[in-house]
Amino acid sequence: MKAALVLETGKILMGESFGATGEALGEVVFNTGMTGYQEVLTDPSYAGQMVCMTYPLIGNYGINSMDDQSEKVQVQGFIVKEATRNPSHWQMEKNFSRTLAQSGIVGIKGIDTRALTRIIREHGVLRGVITTEIEHLDEWADKLKGWIAPTDVVAKVSTPEIYTLPADQTGQALYHVVVIDFGIKRNILHAMQASGFRLTVVPYTTSMEQILDLEPDGVFLSNGPGDPKVVEVGIETIRGLIGKRPIFGICLGHQLLSLALGGDTYKMKFGHRGGNQPVQDLQSKRVTITSQNHGYAIAEESLEQTPLLVTHRNLNDQSVEGVKHCDLPVFSVQYHPEAGPGPSESLYLFEEFAQLMQERRAQHAT
Amino acid sequence: MPLNPEWKKVLVIGSGPIVIGQAAEFDYAGTQACKALREVGVEVVLVNSNPATIMTDAKTANITYIEPLLPEYLEEIISKERPDALLPTLGGQTGLNLAMELVRLGVLKRYDVDLIGCDAETIYKAEDREAFKETMLELDEPVAESVIVTTLEEGEEFAQKQGFPLIVRPAYTLGGTGGGIVKNAKNLAEILQRGLQSSPIGQCLVERSVAGWKEIEYEVMRDAADNCITICNMENIDPVGIHTGDSIVVAPSQTLTDVEYQMLRASSLKIIRALEVNGGCNVQFALNPTSREYVVIEVNPRVSRSSALASKATGYPIAKMAALLSVGFTLPELTNPVTGNTSACFEPALDYVVVKFPRWPFDKFPAADHRLGTQMKATGEVMAIERTLEGALLKAARSLEIGTVGLRIKASGGWTEMEIEDKLVRIDHERFFAIAEAFRRDWTILEVQMLTQIDPFYLYKIRDLVLLEQRLQSESLTTELLHFAKVQGFSDLAVAKLTGRSEEAVRTMRVAAQIVPVYKTVDTCAAEFTSATPYYYSSYEEEDEVSVSSGPKVVVLGSGPIRIGQGIEFDYCSVHALSALQEAGVESIMINNNPETVSTDFDTADKLYFEPLTLEDVLHVLNKEKADGVLVQFGGQTAINLAGPLNQAGVRILGTQVDAIDMAEDRERFAELLSRLGIPQSEGRSVTAVEQARGIAKELEFPVIVRPSYVIGGRAMQVVENLDELEDYLKRAINLSAEHPILVDRYLEGKEVEIDAVSDGETTVIAGIMEHIERAGVHSGDSLAVYPPQSLTPSEIDQIQEFTCRIAEGLGIKGLMNIQFVVVRGKVYVLEVNPRASRTVPILSKVTGIPLVSLAVQVSLGETLKNLGYEQGLAPEAPFVVVKAPVFSFEKLTKVETSLGPEMKSTGEVLGMDIQFGHALAKAFAASHIPLPSEGDILVSVAEKDRPEAIALAQQLAMLGFGVKGTGDTAKALALCGVKVEEVSESSEALREAIRQREFAFILSTPTKGKTPERTGYLLRRLAAEHGVPCFTSMDTAKAVVRALLEMRGQTKPQVLSLQEYMAL
Repeated sequence: MKAALVLETGKILMGESFGATGEALGEVVFNTGMTGYQEVLTDPSYAGQMVCMTYPLIGNYGINSMDDQSEKVQVQGFIVKEATRNPSHWQMEKNFSRTLAQSGIVGIKGIDTRALTRIIREHGVLRGVITTEIEHLDEWADKLKGWIAPTDVVAKVSTPEIYTLPADQTGQALYHVVVIDFGIKRNILHAMQASGFRLTVVPYTTSMEQILDLEPDGVFLSNGPGDPKVVEVGIETIRGLIGKRPIFGICLGHQLLSLALGGDTYKMKFGHRGGNQPVQDLQSKRVTITSQNHGYAIAEESLEQTPLLVTHRNLNDQSVEGVKHCDLPVFSVQYHPEAGPGPSESLYLFEEFAQLMQERRAQHAT
Repeated sequence: MPLNPEWKKVLVIGSGPIVIGQAAEFDYAGTQACKALREVGVEVVLVNSNPATIMTDAKTANITYIEPLLPEYLEEIISKERPDALLPTLGGQTGLNLAMELVRLGVLKRYDVDLIGCDAETIYKAEDREAFKETMLELDEPVAESVIVTTLEEGEEFAQKQGFPLIVRPAYTLGGTGGGIVKNAKNLAEILQRGLQSSPIGQCLVERSVAGWKEIEYEVMRDAADNCITICNMENIDPVGIHTGDSIVVAPSQTLTDVEYQMLRASSLKIIRALEVNGGCNVQFALNPTSREYVVIEVNPRVSRSSALASKATGYPIAKMAALLSVGFTLPELTNPVTGNTSACFEPALDYVVVKFPRWPFDKFPAADHRLGTQMKATGEVMAIERTLEGALLKAARSLEIGTVGLRIKASGGWTEMEIEDKLVRIDHERFFAIAEAFRRDWTILEVQMLTQIDPFYLYKIRDLVLLEQRLQSESLTTELLHFAKVQGFSDLAVAKLTGRSEEAVRTMRVAAQIVPVYKTVDTCAAEFTSATPYYYSSYEEEDEVSVSSGPKVVVLGSGPIRIGQGIEFDYCSVHALSALQEAGVESIMINNNPETVSTDFDTADKLYFEPLTLEDVLHVLNKEKADGVLVQFGGQTAINLAGPLNQAGVRILGTQVDAIDMAEDRERFAELLSRLGIPQSEGRSVTAVEQARGIAKELEFPVIVRPSYVIGGRAMQVVENLDELEDYLKRAINLSAEHPILVDRYLEGKEVEIDAVSDGETTVIAGIMEHIERAGVHSGDSLAVYPPQSLTPSEIDQIQEFTCRIAEGLGIKGLMNIQFVVVRGKVYVLEVNPRASRTVPILSKVTGIPLVSLAVQVSLGETLKNLGYEQGLAPEAPFVVVKAPVFSFEKLTKVETSLGPEMKSTGEVLGMDIQFGHALAKAFAASHIPLPSEGDILVSVAEKDRPEAIALAQQLAMLGFGVKGTGDTAKALALCGVKVEEVSESSEALREAIRQREFAFILSTPTKGKTPERTGYLLRRLAAEHGVPCFTSMDTAKAVVRALLEMRGQTKPQVLSLQEYMAL
């Protein structure tokens, strides 16, 4: 079945439908990862977005039950050059196209995804629609310009209720961490469990008092979708927690932390999405290749008035990739040390978080 | 950390001659490194024995030595140049081994030279099997269960514990020489013994076989600050069991989940960090296809064939960056040279699929063992880039120039099902095509998977292509179907054959329907950032990214994959053609498909199109670029063969015109030309039918030389002794080439010489004459050749000059020309004229300083040689001597007859340079890894006709203090003439044992005339090849050996001078 991708610029790209039929509106972004489409599909940070994979063959190894980053497909739509018809892998349980169909997610294939990527690179992210109704496509440009994306995306992906997860080494939990869920990826939970943390995952609307009542050793601020500034309740909670517990934030959590401390964020032209972003630790000068997925970033000049120091920078565009509080055990990174998809060489950050919790304990003991 | 100021002068080691396992990729790496180091102000001293390289051009390094890659020569150079550091990681295994040898001998310490890039301990840990295993175990990285053995007994003991199958890997060898998969005890004895012999330290690893697992490679880089990045990962379509150099490889990996991808990536980084490599490193893994279990197969702490492939596949110039890292730079300090505006410390993202396909030499060696295993046999490779795997596979297949039509080769249709099964299971070079044929005969995916262990992902893709073939055969060709076929990678020719049309008709239909490819950029970053790099590939997609300039522009056609008869020398010529165009203010555009080369480096040409060299693919580029013309004379026979069809399609050929090319190649027209010009030629005939043989036999006397017209490197050329053989040859050969006649020439036994000249049709400049040491009948590519000629009379030289000028004028040559002559008793005959660049152009350009290619390009653009300041005739002789020696890869090609003949067999060449002929000759032998011993026993076993000469030689050798041994009749003949000779047994067991025990310093063995299998001689030559005992198969080569031996005992010492010093003489 034919399908079309129409951009707010009026550009129409014709392709074929896969996954669900119908139409989907969203912000069109691109991801440069060559593997990890399953993790991308299920990453809650992509909620509301239509993801164009720059690698042309997607679906080669099917879908398995191990690599999901949440309980469902989160992207608004999926754009590929080729959706592999005959995948093969020992872990495979489902075909990728059927998975999308089951989740009611529209996909479009046969697209010159490189051409689309170049458009996004030039214009910045664009609103777009994928539709299997291919009549009157020229009407879409105006509709898209007038369309306002829903802003309450975090509400849709955050956990509705509190749940707990044990540390990996049974009965050996070293620390208790409260995770504020703005749309968390499973790999973050796995990475913390593997670090010996016992987790209590709470809805993003949970108050500071409720969190402190849980008596955590530290608080973790998760990743999540959309503009950080609309997550006012989260910003408020974080502000209250600073100085009370060690805090570690990733991605949206990192942006919220800066906002809570008086910094500012801005929307990037087309963001960073992929597994090959170089990030330099400004102190050690060491560079790690990181997994990233964000469309907003911290405005560096806004940090001057705050107690935050820039600790990490992106080597390509010099954007802020990590901050820490000048004297409190509070830090965050823009990238995804938990990987899934992407490189796993930044997992040590979870150890650093553990270190901060250890120090706090030691202080309290004396 | 910027440049380390202690390393102002760096010595770079090249990889020497092209052999199987070490090809043009190291010229690419070395050239990049020299350029990069010089750009940052480092003085570069280069040593390489291979003259056909860009890296040995006087302009590439500051100081260039074309000398044997042996410790004694390196020490001379080091003591003379006093470099601060030695960079060994760009010269392949040769470079690493030589560096280790220099460390062992204390040379580096003595002269206070730092080893940079990776230190001796790293090399040891990666190369020594035991140390490697220990290192991996320390890192907690899994390796296959294994044992290091130095005797067969130890291997057998391990086999009893571990069971079969096992893999045998000899230590310190090229391309896995001497190894193999062992399935039973008998196998083990044979392969392990060979492996122990071929390892320079007599050591082998015997390990659990993980054959059938996925074979995955990672190219990683590390700087001194411990920043590490992955450049590319690659997946072999052929699972573990076939050497990666013989495998079809895809980049990036296709069947790995992100978890698996990252698991192996993390392992690679852990390994490069532990080895503390400063530069590039290659890590090979076997990954269990049904679990996450993996083992590390191999680590190469240097640039490699795979890193060249990864560089071309991603655009990221690994060798250049590795060179910069080795002298102290760190990755975050460097800019990604492709985008020009982002960091070099990142990991390339591909938005296309890359396929590498090996090119094997079995067309030249029909008798060789065609089966593939752990010992590499390919001489070269092609790479293809597309947005679909299918498209990349088919592009690669047609880049091979083996007559593929889609997924078919000529033989596919005729295979029986048992033959197909055999190819799938026992794996030969045609397996890929056999898989397609299996699907054509409705074999299931599961069956083929069981037989090949290839991942079904790939099998489905191949089957889909076969299904599309069937649609093309059965349905009517609609625009939609044609478009789909193009997207899936089928050429017009393939569509034509499948639909019963002409290629022309398909092209017309396609163009009318506006189905034309667009061009996309290789930019390292999947379009995330802008990039100015002019590196393109075609695809049937929407958007075209290439902007076409309005200035003058010329396309240079490259020479495709390296194969016997068409090697790196044509890449040398292509690269020079590109720079000559640039100097002339003309935009230079390169089309080529060989990932190993300098010509496909994205900053060599103004624009690089990485495409197959077929009429269709070239026309696409020409239509896109609207170029002013095409240069076909630099890309070997590949490019020349396209001249006619391109001309017919209305393309302007620059330089020598198609008619002249045809006249030189068409026997009748050529004969007519020579007789019109009054030039003697060997008498010859064209034959188109077997029945003509008898008539020919009456007209010409035997022996005759037969060959098909339009061939590369004398393919299927043969000396024929009698009518039976002639008829037999014609029966087989006509099959080989139906469209072109077979040429039959009287065989003139004389001195062979060749010239390289450049002409504008009026003025002809002969750069030099090279005299062959072996008499006519040995292919020029396999002969020792000396410049300037040592034994030509002034009258002979006059004739050569005169004939060359007449031919150039008569043909209307505009550009390069190579002529082969034979001199018989003072009279010069023309054997053949090649109106194009030849194998010897790089040598003569270097030693005479005449920029042959540049002149040819300027002439092609309309310049005259007079205007350029050149005079008609032979250029003045150089005041020194060079000897070119061929290098063979016989030890890797089991069952190939090693004796020399009109069919070319060498894979590469070296150059010996000295003030004196004898020393130059000795250096040429040394550089080609034929160490000339000063003592010991020699074995003589020659054909009856060679015995008189053998007697004289044996006497000289005896005088030099060698013991002489002989086989049967040879020994008797020698003894009769008073030579003190010991007869040795001709039994194969005795010979095998004697050779294994290295009882002979070298062997002289000539084949009996005629092609009747002659067991002792053949066996002797094979054993010698496999055990690395020098074996000379021509009396002339043997005489040259004696000459060199005499020289080595003389008063003078060899000179170690740089190319720049020679030029100043």
